[in-house]
Amino acid sequence: MDLSHTDSVGRTHPSGTTQLLNQGEPTLSDNTGRASVASDALTVTIRKQFANPQANFDLDVSFSALPGIMILFGPSGVGKTTLLDCIAGLTIPDAGEIVVESRTFFSDQHRINIAVPQRRVGYVFQDLALFPHLSVEQNIQYGLARLNATRRQERTHVILESFRIPHLRNRKPAEISGGERQRVALARALVTDPCVLLLDEPLAALDAATKSKIIHDLRAWNDQHRVPILYVTHSREEVFALGERVLVLESGKLIAQGTPHEVMSAPRQETVAQLAGFENIFDVTVIAAHADRGTMTCRIAGSNVELETPLVRADVGSTLRVGIRAGDILLATVQPIGLSARNVIAGKMLSLVQRDVVVVARIDCGVEMEVHLTLAARDALGLQPGREVWLVVKTHSCHLMAGS
Amino acid sequence: MDWQAFWLSIRLAALVTAILLIAGLPAAYWIAYSRWRWKFLAEAVIALPIVLPPTVLGFYVLVALGSRSPLGRWWQAITGHTLAFTFEGLVIGSIIYSLPFAVQPFAASFAAVDARLLAASATLGASRARTFFRVILPMSVPGLITGIVLSFAHTMGEFGVVLMVGGNIPGVTRTVSIDIYDKVQAFDYAGANQTALVLLAISFAALTLVYGLNRRGWLNKWI
Repeated sequence: MDLSHTDSVGRTHPSGTTQLLNQGEPTLSDNTGRASVASDALTVTIRKQFANPQANFDLDVSFSALPGIMILFGPSGVGKTTLLDCIAGLTIPDAGEIVVESRTFFSDQHRINIAVPQRRVGYVFQDLALFPHLSVEQNIQYGLARLNATRRQERTHVILESFRIPHLRNRKPAEISGGERQRVALARALVTDPCVLLLDEPLAALDAATKSKIIHDLRAWNDQHRVPILYVTHSREEVFALGERVLVLESGKLIAQGTPHEVMSAPRQETVAQLAGFENIFDVTVIAAHADRGTMTCRIAGSNVELETPLVRADVGSTLRVGIRAGDILLATVQPIGLSARNVIAGKMLSLVQRDVVVVARIDCGVEMEVHLTLAARDALGLQPGREVWLVVKTHSCHLMAGS
Repeated sequence: MDWQAFWLSIRLAALVTAILLIAGLPAAYWIAYSRWRWKFLAEAVIALPIVLPPTVLGFYVLVALGSRSPLGRWWQAITGHTLAFTFEGLVIGSIIYSLPFAVQPFAASFAAVDARLLAASATLGASRARTFFRVILPMSVPGLITGIVLSFAHTMGEFGVVLMVGGNIPGVTRTVSIDIYDKVQAFDYAGANQTALVLLAISFAALTLVYGLNRRGWLNKWI
């Protein structure tokens, strides 16, 4: 039996410009060339006040998702899970409308609120929520109660095969590995032929290899079924690995949407958490943008030091902040040549302080920079204060953030 | 050893436990999941027999079963005799008396089931009833056994309510604890001791079972 038996055979995707429902500030154009309000799309416009008074913001979003993977990106606690719960019907929005494939799940205006079991939404929870007392097979068959035994067996067989877990069918969730549990949770949600798939950080806990195999299987499934998939993550790597389109959620609002490259290359809002990892933070002025090469030239404020940085959406002349980790900077005692790194900056060693097994060097190169070295490197190079040195910084070690 | 009293107690306890299992499940479900703001009042009423002196409870049950109450009159019209001082009357009194010992462990184990599992069940198309029987109930087995064992043991040993509602009619309302009391009144300490030991053993076995089952992982080997 083919997995795509009840699928959207013959669905058309009329081409045209996309008009994503939008209320956010920066809007990025959609260049996929598909229409957004197709009959198989998911359209969400909702407002929901958080029950938790500590969250002093409301969820207030509006977007459409076409068949395919739509990434929902944002840090923890911005309302990503609440949004998925609203679509699944586990949480009732205060106002708005949720429509999937021309079926209205929720509308406060028309007083519609379809019960959770009738929505046919596939939901893979962050903690997976596999039934611990049921075997893998029983877990997968849980959503197939309405089918007769033969059809149920057929479907189970197919999904077990396509997620490569037939050998686990009689095991309990506690007896299989984390990656296997993720596969079972995905299979359990997909076997019911959902009209929309909600994935709440489903692969967060997995290693990269397992992750990419599961993503491959998920893509293969979706090539046949073509449903909108909302994929929640707070990992930038996953955004680039998966995304056809990205929604960026912050404090309950959509602040950007577009392709991963468009959205993720925007300078990030500087927050305490993002600053925590950077020993070197400078205000910089954008001198030139090289769109063709994907880089920019920036000058560190109050100095003549120029840096080549990754390209972000910022005007020439505007002020940004750049963060460079002390461990990302190389140190040389002679001027290096023939390097791939684009930034080679001359400077003078001010101080060397040993902190446990790390040597913290401070270097004056127009601005003061902190560089972390190993003890062996210090000894091999014979480093001492007053010594002339060159700093080497790769373009992509310069992390740009929006200026304050 | 008064075997007639012993079997009467067993019969009473088994019947009361069976009824509490059936009636206690919906009550416990409601307590575990209702969001009614006055729910705590109902919880307090159900828990009342834990703190109320059995004589007080027995007194009110006796009044409620008597021929002056609507329930007593209705029963009399149907069966031709009153509820007070009958085995049926004893059953009704015991159900009320042991209610919290069944409902509270049931409700606690229902409430302990991860809400995300219930959400998963619903998104997979399951009705509330199916979720209850396929997820909540199987995951609450230790709580169910605790409730069953506690209400059985508690009914086995009850004294005050039985004395008030049932009196001391051999083969009808004379339970083991009444038997012990009678024997002591008659200075038959040896006989009282024998019966008391049996009750002690039953109670100890019941509690051992409850605590053993609630040890982590122990039950998982069976279910």
